Amino acid sequence: MEEREKTKNNTEMRILGFLCNWCSYGGADTAGVSRLKQPTDLRIIRIPCTGRMDPLFAFKALISGADGVLVSGCHPKDCHYSVGNLYARRRFEVLKDFLPFLGIESDRFHYTWVSASEGQRWQEVVTEFSRRIHELGRNPGFDMNTNLVNSEAR
Amino acid sequence: MRIGVFVCQCGTNIASTVDTERVAQEVKKLPDVVYTTTYMYTCSEPGQQEIQRAIEEHNLQGVVVAACSPRMHEPTFRRAVEKAGLNRYMFEMANIREHVSWVSNDREANTKKAIELVRMAVAKLRFNQPLFPSRVAINKRVMVIGGGVAGIQAALDCADAGLDVVLVERRTSIGGKMAQLDKTFPTIDCSSCILGPKMVDVAQKENITLHAYSEIESVSGYVGNFAVRVRKKATYVDWKACTGCGVCMEKCPSRKVPDEFNEGLSFTRAINIPFPQAIPKKATINRSYCIYFTKGKCGICAKVCPAKAIRYDMTDEVVTEEVGAIIVATGYDLFDPSAYGEYGAGQYRDVITGIQYERILSASGPFGGHIKRPSDGREPKDVVFIACVGSRDASVGRPYCSGVCCMYIAKQAILTKDHIPNSRSYVFYMDIRSPAKNYDEFVRRAQEEYGVQYIRGRVGKIYPRGDRLVVQGMDTLLGIQVEVEADLVVLATGIEASRGARELAEKLHISYDQYGFFMENHPKLRPVETNTAGIYLAGVCQGPKDIPASVAQGSAAAAKVLALFARDTIETSPQVASVTERACIACGKCIEVCPYGAIRWKELKGGVRKAEVITTVCQGCGLCNATCPPKAIQLQHATDNQILAEIEELCA
Repeated sequence: MEEREKTKNNTEMRILGFLCNWCSYGGADTAGVSRLKQPTDLRIIRIPCTGRMDPLFAFKALISGADGVLVSGCHPKDCHYSVGNLYARRRFEVLKDFLPFLGIESDRFHYTWVSASEGQRWQEVVTEFSRRIHELGRNPGFDMNTNLVNSEAR
Repeated sequence: MRIGVFVCQCGTNIASTVDTERVAQEVKKLPDVVYTTTYMYTCSEPGQQEIQRAIEEHNLQGVVVAACSPRMHEPTFRRAVEKAGLNRYMFEMANIREHVSWVSNDREANTKKAIELVRMAVAKLRFNQPLFPSRVAINKRVMVIGGGVAGIQAALDCADAGLDVVLVERRTSIGGKMAQLDKTFPTIDCSSCILGPKMVDVAQKENITLHAYSEIESVSGYVGNFAVRVRKKATYVDWKACTGCGVCMEKCPSRKVPDEFNEGLSFTRAINIPFPQAIPKKATINRSYCIYFTKGKCGICAKVCPAKAIRYDMTDEVVTEEVGAIIVATGYDLFDPSAYGEYGAGQYRDVITGIQYERILSASGPFGGHIKRPSDGREPKDVVFIACVGSRDASVGRPYCSGVCCMYIAKQAILTKDHIPNSRSYVFYMDIRSPAKNYDEFVRRAQEEYGVQYIRGRVGKIYPRGDRLVVQGMDTLLGIQVEVEADLVVLATGIEASRGARELAEKLHISYDQYGFFMENHPKLRPVETNTAGIYLAGVCQGPKDIPASVAQGSAAAAKVLALFARDTIETSPQVASVTERACIACGKCIEVCPYGAIRWKELKGGVRKAEVITTVCQGCGLCNATCPPKAIQLQHATDNQILAEIEELCA
C-alpha cells in the first residue's frame, strides 16, 4: 500500500501488459536487447497465447485500480497456436464495448500484434499506450455506489 | 511455502540501472519469502550452486530468480532447482533485464519496477504445483523443405545417419540457386561440379524420398509427430516411366518458352527438363505454353515419347507424410532491380543481373559459356558491375547487407578477365565486405592481379550512347563525377526472402522477421532452431549467407534432428490443460475451440459426459481455459488463480 502511494506521487501510471510467450514477449525482449528506451509504467505478465487472455483479467485489473491494460500477441495468421489470437480479437472487441458499462473508459484497454522480431514496434506501442494513459490520468476505479451506466456507454 | 529470491546483477547489465540490493531487501519483507540474496552472475556455475545451497540450507520450497528473460534462462534455472530436489515448476522468473534495466536509465523507477515484478512472481509462485512430464514416441523420419544446397546437405547428413528423409522441392529439380551458378568464390570451384555429385547422392539414397515440383499444403501435429500434406503438382508426365531421354523436348513445337533456369536469357520448350544435371531428370509440361493445353491439339510429345510417359489428364496429388522433425531450407529470391529506374534494368537489354551473368558465364548457359551481350551477341570489352542493388538501401525497403554480392562481383570480374583477356572491368561499390576465410585476399587479387577498377560511389544514371551504355556515377574518394562507357552492366541484385516464405511460415507456425526471413530461436546460441520445437532452419531462408555458411547450417540442422531422434520418446510439457470433472458442465465449448483436437468426451456412468484432455496432444495454449464458462478446465502453470494472483499483487 505504501508502495502504491509513492507511485501516485511520482505520477507513474499503473499499466499491465499481457504478452503472449511466442511473439510479443519475444518482441519486448528484442526491444530490451536493442536497448530501445521505453516509459517505465508497464508491468508485463507472460501468458502462453492471447487466446489464454480471459477478459476477466483485464476487468480484474481495471476495477482494482490499474490505469491501463495492454495485450499483445502474434500477428493474425502467425499465431503459434494457429488461431488463438483470432478468438482473442473477438473477445477484446466485445470487451472494449463493454468497459464503459462499468464506468471505465474503453481507451484504457488496448490490444495489438507485435512479432518477436519487432523490437522497435514494441517500443512504439509501449510509448504510445503509456502516453495515452498519462493523458487519461488516474483510473477512478470501479465503485459499487456510482451509476454503472455512464455517459460514454449511453 | 518457503520461498527464496535470487536477484541477479548480471555483471552490470542489471546492477547499473537497478538497485539490486534494495530489491533483495524489499522482497525479503514479503510473506513466505524466507531468503533473498543478490548475485553477480546467477546463471554461472557458482551462481546455480548458490541456489542449490540455499534450497538445502533454508529448506526452500519455491524459488524466484529475478534476472534476464525466461525465454533465455528459464530452462537453465529449472534444471538447477531440480538438481537440488525441487520440482522444476516450483520456480518463477522475473524479467528485470530485457524488460527493466535495458529499457530505461531511471534507476529509481527501475528499482521499483523490479521490486513489483518480483512481488508478482512470488504471488504466482504461491499457487504453483509440482508438475510431471509425460513421454510420447518419436516418429524418426525427417522432412526437409527446399532442395538447394542447404537442404541437400541436411537431407544427406540425415540419410547418412540412417534416417528416413522426405525432401520436398518446389521446382522440378533440386539444386536451388547454386545449380545456376558457374563458379564459386573464393576458390573458383566449378559450382555444378561440386554440387552435382551431392544431387546424384540424393537421387541414389534409398532412404531419401524426393517430392520434386511439390509444395507444402498444410502442417499439423507437433515435435516428434508432424503430419505434412504435400501437394505434388501435375507434371503431365509419368515420372515413373519417364527416362529423361529428352526426345519430347527436342520435338516440342512450342519453342518460345522463357527459360527460367537461364533467367530468361534463352528459350526452352513447353515440355522440358530444366538443365542437363537435373535431379530428378524428368520432363515436365509447362501448361501455359503447351499447344495441347492452349489450343487443344498437338500431342507430339505423346507420340514421340519412347516410354509412353505423357499423361495429359494428370492432376495434382496430395500426399500426407508423417515425420518427427522438419528442416526448412527454402532459400531466397533476388531483388527486382526495376525498383531503380535510373539503372534501366528491363529497359536496356545489356543491363543484366548478377544471376543472369552467372548463366552467361556457365558452359551450360544460353551462350555456351561465351560472354556475349544479350542485345547483339557481341563480346563486351568494358563491363561495369554495380554493387548493393537492393542491399543496404532503406529507400527500397532493403536496409540489410546481402553478404555475398561483394564476393560474387569480384569473382565475376575475375572470370570476365579470364574469358576476355583484353576486357576491362569496373566495380561501383559502397564498401567492400569480405570477412570470411580467404575472402579479402580474393578481392585483392581481383584488384591487383586482374586489374579490376574499384570505384567507391553510387551510380546515378545509365543511358545509351550508340550501342553502348554510359554509366554516370560519383567517385566519393576522389570527390569527382565519373563516366564509364560500358558494353555490359551487371547489377549485383541483393537477396530477399523467398516468395511464399511468409505463407509457409504461417503453415509451420514459425516466426519471420519484417523482411520475411525466418526467425531463429536465438541469434547467437540457437541459430538453427525455431521457436517451434522440432522445426529447424538451414540456409538463406533464415537470413542472407553464402554457400559455406548454408552448408554448415544444413549440417547443423541435421545434427539437431539427430540429437532429437537419439531417444525413442520425447518428454512432453506438463503445462497442459486439466479438467476438474465436478465443475465441468459438459457444454463442449473447449472441444470446439481446441486447435489440436486435444479435448474429447469422456463417458461416465449414467450417460454423463465430461471433457477430457489428451495430455500428449495438448500444446498448452490455454484457449480452452479462457473459453470455459465455469472455469472447469485450467491450464497448468498458467491457471486463473496464478494469473489473478499476479494482477492482484500489482493492483491491490
